[in-house]
Amino acid sequence: MKIYDAKPILVGLAIFLGITTFPFWYNGGKASPPPEPKLDTPVISKMEKKECVASKDYMRKSHMALLNEWRTEAVRKANRYYVTAGGKLYPVSLQRGCLKCHSNKADFCDQCHNYIGLKPYCWDCHLSPQEKKTTTQVAEGE
Amino acid sequence: MGMKFALNVVLGLALFVIIGVKLLGLHYLFGVIIPYTAVTLFFLGFIYKVFMWARSAVPFRIPTTTGQQRSFPWIKPSKIDSPYTKWGVVGRMALEVLVFRSLFRNTKMLKREGKITYHWEKWLWLAALAFHYAFIIIFIRHLRFFADPVPGFVQFLEKADSFFEMALPGLLITDVIVVAAATYLLIRRIIIPQVKYVSLPADYFALFLILALVLTGITMRYLWRVDVVKIKELTMGLATFHPVVPKGLSVIFYLHLFFVSTLFAYFPFSKLMHMPGVFLSPTRNLPNNNRMVRHVNPWDYPVKVHTYEDYEEEFREKMVEAGIPVEKPLDKPVEQQEE
Repeated sequence: MKIYDAKPILVGLAIFLGITTFPFWYNGGKASPPPEPKLDTPVISKMEKKECVASKDYMRKSHMALLNEWRTEAVRKANRYYVTAGGKLYPVSLQRGCLKCHSNKADFCDQCHNYIGLKPYCWDCHLSPQEKKTTTQVAEGE
Repeated sequence: MGMKFALNVVLGLALFVIIGVKLLGLHYLFGVIIPYTAVTLFFLGFIYKVFMWARSAVPFRIPTTTGQQRSFPWIKPSKIDSPYTKWGVVGRMALEVLVFRSLFRNTKMLKREGKITYHWEKWLWLAALAFHYAFIIIFIRHLRFFADPVPGFVQFLEKADSFFEMALPGLLITDVIVVAAATYLLIRRIIIPQVKYVSLPADYFALFLILALVLTGITMRYLWRVDVVKIKELTMGLATFHPVVPKGLSVIFYLHLFFVSTLFAYFPFSKLMHMPGVFLSPTRNLPNNNRMVRHVNPWDYPVKVHTYEDYEEEFREKMVEAGIPVEKPLDKPVEQQEE
């Protein structure tokens, strides 16, 4: 079989295959195990019935939409409380609501976010729990 | 007719997945076997096609030129539109591949007051360019499911793509662009009579398939959300050749995966091969140097020739006798020989 212009064609093909097989060589055949967000914070372990504002399945898929809704409700409509399907009242607040239980950002939020390479812009404005401690102390005049 | 057929094929594919996943529970088939088969077909088919093209000889320069050929030194040549050097060709190809220059030259022919006139028509170029760039950005963004840790350029693209920070999960502007552009390309095909006349089922199928692929992806992100972490578990399994199928993946994800698998498998055998094809177009990638360089047909076999010198050598005596002029005279004149 005669190949014409073999050099440029083979070089082009090699470049194409090098780029398109990226997932196969970049990972070197190894993937880190899927993340397991931890729920062993002091507040959660004290809870009798361990439940969030919505089902686990919903929270895994759509927590970001809920947070967005909460932000709109609190900031624009001043609805600062959220009633869950189970009839519980939660403060609509990242710091006093979500992060009260999930005070382990590194072992909870960051686990999945880092796995899928996501940097949520929550933390552009909000403080993570570790940082919070010192600032609330300052705010409360301690 | 062709459009209906193509649409039915895409809908049939969707139905196939829904039956396979929902009713029969063939998760491993749709999550692992079909994607691997599709990617294998893509690579083998792609390489095969390129080799088949490489077997065709291109003995002569056949560029379609749109500018002044290099000629006398006092005539200004068109370096890119009628390239005569390697770098001219590189420039021409770069413009073609990166900004679709030949589409930019598109005009619309109209008959006005009995005269044929040519009009400004850039919408096809604009939609094609928007579609291709949005598609490649979406393609690269998806590497976040196939790389661990996610490389910086993928994160950067995602950040830039969700620049407007609308809604959560953030609206990706390429999602909007790719749907708008593909829809335009489809509508254009349907409403312009001449374009509709030359459209085949394969032309509609590619558009419907890509639209279905994109729309299932958008649905998964904004409407019928899925567990992204579980999906990455599956895709990383595929990328590292340790396939696993996590439980609880929704059918919309399998639809998306099947559409992209179909696209991969279909790619080498369809018009989508214009991706490598543009680089191997003899009307674009050859310099217009027919008048500067002698191009010899590569399949010329050694022809048995009888040159004039040999001919004269053979018949010189008879030629001289008959009074035909010869280039080289006989050693002795004929009359002298006779005496």
